[in-house]
Amino acid sequence: MEVAQQDVLTAPEENAGIELSGSAALLEALLVEGVDTIFGYPGGAIMPIYDALYDYKEKLNHILVRHEQGGIHAGQGYARSSGKVGVVFATSGPGATNLVTGLADAQIDSTPLVCITGQVFAHLLGTDAFQETDVINITTPVTKWNYQVTDANEIPEAIAKAFYIARTGRPGPVLIDITKNAQIQKFNFKGYTPCNHIRSYRPKPIVRTQFIEQAAQLINEAKKPFILWGQGVLLGSAEQEFKAFVEKSGIPAAWTILGAGAIPTDHPLNVGMLGMHGNYGPNVLTNDCDVLIAIGMRFDDRVTGRLDKYAKQAKVIHLDIDPAEIDKNVKTHVPVWGDCKETLPLLTELVEAKQHTEWLAKFNEFTRQEVEAVIDAELHPTSGEMTMGEVVDQLNNLTNGNAIIVTDVGQHQMVGCRYAKFNKTRSNITSGGLGTMGFALPAAIGAKFGAQESTVVAIIGDGGFQMTLQELGTIMQSGVEVKIIILNNRFLGMVRQWQELFNERRYSFVDIQSPDFVQVAKGYGIAGKCIKEREDLQSSLKEMLDHKGSFLLEVFVTKENNVFPMVPQGCSVSEIRLK
Amino acid sequence: MSTELNKNDINSKVLPTGEDLGGARQEFNITVYTENQIGLLNRIAIIFTRRKINIDSLNTSPSEIESIHRFNIVITETEEVVRKVCRQIEKQVEVLKVYYHTNADIIWQEMALYKVPADVIAEKASVERLLRENGARAVVIRKDYIVFETTGHREETDNLISVLQPFGLIEFVRSARIAIIKDSDGFNRKLREFEQEQPGEDVNENEYLNQGQKVFTM
Repeated sequence: MEVAQQDVLTAPEENAGIELSGSAALLEALLVEGVDTIFGYPGGAIMPIYDALYDYKEKLNHILVRHEQGGIHAGQGYARSSGKVGVVFATSGPGATNLVTGLADAQIDSTPLVCITGQVFAHLLGTDAFQETDVINITTPVTKWNYQVTDANEIPEAIAKAFYIARTGRPGPVLIDITKNAQIQKFNFKGYTPCNHIRSYRPKPIVRTQFIEQAAQLINEAKKPFILWGQGVLLGSAEQEFKAFVEKSGIPAAWTILGAGAIPTDHPLNVGMLGMHGNYGPNVLTNDCDVLIAIGMRFDDRVTGRLDKYAKQAKVIHLDIDPAEIDKNVKTHVPVWGDCKETLPLLTELVEAKQHTEWLAKFNEFTRQEVEAVIDAELHPTSGEMTMGEVVDQLNNLTNGNAIIVTDVGQHQMVGCRYAKFNKTRSNITSGGLGTMGFALPAAIGAKFGAQESTVVAIIGDGGFQMTLQELGTIMQSGVEVKIIILNNRFLGMVRQWQELFNERRYSFVDIQSPDFVQVAKGYGIAGKCIKEREDLQSSLKEMLDHKGSFLLEVFVTKENNVFPMVPQGCSVSEIRLK
Repeated sequence: MSTELNKNDINSKVLPTGEDLGGARQEFNITVYTENQIGLLNRIAIIFTRRKINIDSLNTSPSEIESIHRFNIVITETEEVVRKVCRQIEKQVEVLKVYYHTNADIIWQEMALYKVPADVIAEKASVERLLRENGARAVVIRKDYIVFETTGHREETDNLISVLQPFGLIEFVRSARIAIIKDSDGFNRKLREFEQEQPGEDVNENEYLNQGQKVFTM
């Protein structure tokens, strides 16, 4: 049964309503919210919704995944590439528990998702019924909000709140658990009104100009100011506002991995990546700057290293939409609460146009040292086995920084984020806070659905690929075009690196065997190629990109390369090691 | 010392000068105004358990406003930890407002019930005197036992346990702490602000501003 959009949008109070099932009302609500793609997997307790979905096939593109974890990571990839809310369906019990890793990932990386789970009939709740799990309590710590619907009449309001909460303020995952009776139940559907206010929920703190004035004064007096930006800039769609601020103030700016791409890699004021495997200059000079301006980032421990030796000399200005982030890890001198899309232009107006030539030169000098000590050997080796870095570098040459790069977790992730070129925003998709191996393949599928016009390249390690490779089936069935590069070093490389550096090379269970990935891909009808020689690299990458449809390129890279620079755990950012 | 997150009078808080905000661990009373929503108790409780903080006492009750719930939570922690925890609580969608206070800032009571054998009470005049001194009141009198009740601070209710122990205390139970905030003028005005679609003049506090060690004067 379908309802004309006009009917749905008429003001509910003037509307006599129409009899609909809870399931159909849910799908109508999704349409009004502008949902076009759903990643899901059916099962007993969500069957009424899937039955209703049968009539909505033309309007809602449902992608059948191979595992609910794949579904939610695809939802995340979709949300990250498109800036819209990702929508995921799963059934009760195991279907719902399979979402938990993705929820935790989306929660820590502030990814807007609405997950709909089926639940057993309301009268069976608490009876240990077949495929019953206490999904609400299991997911409470890893959702921004969750709610159990037991009556169809609640569905429009619950879905409206879910979308509002997921996408506003600091975005995050929301889970709505709908009992089977509520999905089936017919009720008088009076239309769907999107939510724009919840009295107990303040998505945006009020912008207070006196803090912006204080921040501007600090910045204008600073000799060595330094900007750290994070995903908040992307989440707030404030890339233009951010660029204007950076360019007027002339302040060198470095990014967290989720912030990559907000301004292009080769922007003269983009001085590189922060954190444990970030660039040399940004780490060392964090402990040299006089004013630290943090924008939409949360001072993760992988960014700060040892906190009691982190930027102690600097005055800290922190712009964030989430009041709980202010002072959480690093004490802030000037807190600028608010949406950076609103606060940055106010700040830009008050800062003086400057060029910090000498200070910027310091960053460039550190870059020179890093190129000499690390980057040259990683990107342009002339002998020995291939390196991860040269694969990424060759890829840059072919995509020119216009592809969406999805990375998994581990050494290849750090190499990918360090060396991939990003011309566009929302083109670096990776599991940042949670570090979820197995993220990349399904996230790349979702990313492609969220940005159809872009080339999506997933760069994955041989370990992580084996965690979710069943999603090759999703690629096969949906026909989505994803380019997959497996950087195979025959090791769980990052753990091995730590074992080499800190555990006296006691390689404990990091020696991982892999199947013939090209054969696996072939089994799914996906073209593939495996290369071991440098001379084949460029042509194979080109073949992969030129190929119509998905392609898997396995590249054998050197087994025991380490990612450097590195801030060893427990060390200060300025104690970063080049080798 | 009293703190309301986001409060207007951010400078009213008096902190010991020169001392780190962290300070010593002490009892803090957290007051949370919330919507009445199933599952919210869990959402709030796990904020403490995730950080391995023991909840000394937790009470939920209606508030002065219909439909608004009030949690009273007591923990023993440093102020720095309490503040971070309060911000995490306030971040929850169905939480309207969080305040924290030291014991000096609130009027608080706990109630305790004591069941003691009736014959001992009947026979020993000294017990009657002790009960009187401790402000205990008989709630139920039966042939076999008597149930007394006291209301007061922890020391007071604790004291009566040791007093009654030698006389064969059969059962003891104490309620969670309930507290009224001395300088609060209720939640009505605040709630009206929340009902506005635009945020009111809320201010998020910050350590440097509160400490008077301001980088800039406001």
